[in-house]
Amino acid sequence: MNERVARLHRLRWHCRRALLELDLVFLRYWQRVGDDLDAGDEAALALLLEMEDHDLWELVSGRRETADPQLSGLVEQLRQV
Amino acid sequence: MKITQRTFDAVIVGAGGAGLRAALQLSESGLKTAVITKVFPTRSHTVAAQGGVAASLGNSEEDHWHWHMYDTVKGSDWLGDQDAIEFMCRKANEVVIELEHYGMPFDRTDAGKIYQRPFGGHMSNFGEKPVRRSCAAADRTGHAMLHALYQRNVRANTQFFVEWMALDLIRDADGEVLGVTALEMETGEIVAFQSKATIFATGGAGRIYYSSTNAFINTGDGLGMAARAGIPLEDMEFWQFHPTGVAGAGVLITEGVRGEGGILRNSAGERFMERYAPNAKDLASRDVVSRAMVTEINEGRGCGPNKDYVLLDITHLDPKVIMQRLPGIHEISIQFAGTDPIKEPIPVVPTCHYQMGGIPTNYSGQVVAPRGSSMSVAVPGFYAAGECACASVHGANRLGTNSLLDLLVFGKSAGETAVEDVRKSVKAHKPLPQEAIDRTLARINRLDTQKDGADVHQARLAMQRTMQNHCGVFRFADKLKEGVSKILDVQKDVERAEIRDKSQVFNTARIEALELENLIEVAVSTMISAEARKESRGAHVRDDAPDTPEHPNGRDDVNWLKHSLWFKEGNRLDYKSVKLTPLTVDTIELKKRAY
Ligand SMILES: Cc1cc2nc3c(=O)[nH]c(=O)nc-3n(C[C@H](O)[C@H](O)[C@H](O)COP(=O)(O)OP(=O)(O)OC[C@H]3O[C@@H](n4cnc5c(N)ncnc54)[C@H](O)[C@@H]3O)c2cc1C
Repeated sequence: MNERVARLHRLRWHCRRALLELDLVFLRYWQRVGDDLDAGDEAALALLLEMEDHDLWELVSGRRETADPQLSGLVEQLRQV
Repeated sequence: MKITQRTFDAVIVGAGGAGLRAALQLSESGLKTAVITKVFPTRSHTVAAQGGVAASLGNSEEDHWHWHMYDTVKGSDWLGDQDAIEFMCRKANEVVIELEHYGMPFDRTDAGKIYQRPFGGHMSNFGEKPVRRSCAAADRTGHAMLHALYQRNVRANTQFFVEWMALDLIRDADGEVLGVTALEMETGEIVAFQSKATIFATGGAGRIYYSSTNAFINTGDGLGMAARAGIPLEDMEFWQFHPTGVAGAGVLITEGVRGEGGILRNSAGERFMERYAPNAKDLASRDVVSRAMVTEINEGRGCGPNKDYVLLDITHLDPKVIMQRLPGIHEISIQFAGTDPIKEPIPVVPTCHYQMGGIPTNYSGQVVAPRGSSMSVAVPGFYAAGECACASVHGANRLGTNSLLDLLVFGKSAGETAVEDVRKSVKAHKPLPQEAIDRTLARINRLDTQKDGADVHQARLAMQRTMQNHCGVFRFADKLKEGVSKILDVQKDVERAEIRDKSQVFNTARIEALELENLIEVAVSTMISAEARKESRGAHVRDDAPDTPEHPNGRDDVNWLKHSLWFKEGNRLDYKSVKLTPLTVDTIELKKRAY
């Protein structure tokens, strides 16, 4: 199978989180982006998904900001979905 | 077909609080222990628990395990087994202090002891007044608990199989459990895990409902696997609903919002709780508030285009109070309800929160099922703990903070019993029956080759809507009856569900289809058990079993003081008696449940 598709599938599974809030945000995110991620988006998403769920939710819900320029675009996108 | 086989002393399915606590017991005893989990351990749903874990430590004021036991029996509406409840409440201090020693960062008093706060239903002196019994680590109790347990397991050499999905129980002709089949998500390979002890700790199945506070991972896989292997499911009609989930999303709005002065309103703007609970009003207990909300909706006073929710109004509160004392509510409301709660009320509905029933166990964590003339005989090699299990300590209704306690106490005791059993067994591992493995392969093959089948997403939605509309907070005889035939129809669709993507690597479509096969078992067992129970008790409230002097709260102890057992084969129901005799103290006698 195409390696990129496999990578995207893995990322999709990593969007299964412990908090319903995040599950819902990522559900909308995938509905919006489909498979339309470039290498930069992929890398940012992979990095973001390494975070602990409560920290990630604070970021996505706007209670915290990230100083990491690689993440800020994606975080903004997640806030809008 | 031959598949790869891996052999362990013990295999645990699930790496939430219950699974990690059980694994620790086994690994620290030197047994070769594997934990299989769909997601990384610290992404298990236990992370979502914020409120705390109950233990009568008495750090803030006098407390006693016997008072805790009384509250739990009463909370359960007398359906909880009193031996298991005594066991849990007596063990609470030990397991919480153990967790502290594992490095759990509990909040502390000035004197350095574990700080304790009050929580609904927990009282001192046999129901007299609220007591501080909940131990928390800020608002991240579940998260801190999982981290402490995970680190300890790594130290004890527990072997983790992360992103593996267990598919079926392997049971031989004698009924002995010999392990599980599981799918490695990364490769799509199916492997047999052979073990002398198999422990299920797969969590709840709250996703059977349309509106649920549970994350997507809660698909009741353990219950589905047990049911397919001929093990009954106990008390499945009992589901706890939280009154305030965001309509359409399910995300939980904490009780604290009403505590700070939030008001529930119907379509006329009326503060309707004044009619249902003139004293406590919006602060009445969860079940009272939920039922009032549903009554408003059913009688046409719901809000929105479909009149299917009510409003939680905090617009009269000082925005500063909202931002300071109710952190997170503002963000949740904007994200999931699309309203700014400072300016507009939040649409809410009663939302499925916790599963009281599950795989029947005793307080030693052994799975028990009827055999011969006895209703509770241990199934050799099989154990369960946590939300997937029914010990039964929560009976017809769980008290807040008792679930995290359940994970620790019964995770540990299931582990202890398994250690003893493995040590006692002199035999080598029994060979795995090929038929059991073939059943899994046939299931996967059916899914991969199905043509013109139902869409997984549509079938899941049909199941969730059927459960919500026919078996929700408030239940009606005719709706339940209709619900049974509807859910059996949905089941037929699920059995023919089709996936388009047949790839091997992290095929989420296949995983979701397999999860749906588990969810539907839970949904069917819930509907059938609920239709049959003709009384109201705890979370199971029927319109045709109202509060009368003869049957206070609609409870009928003469006919219904018994546990339901649903069997997949033929959708058969059986019943077993409630254990009213505790281990050492006197029975807590039947009374009307009133607060
Ligand atoms: C929003 C929310 C707040 C809550 N707050 C509290 C609280 O404050 N106090 C309290 O006492 N209770 C609370 N509860 C309830 C409590 O959190 C849960 O009952 C409890 O965490 C369940 O733990 P568990 O170990 O049984 O399962 P989980 O933590 O759900 O873990 C299940 C594990 O099983 C694995 N798994 C499942 N199926 C498979 C499979 N087929 N193959 C492999 N692995 C599998 C998963 O990967 C996971 O690791 C709350 C619940 C919710 C929803």
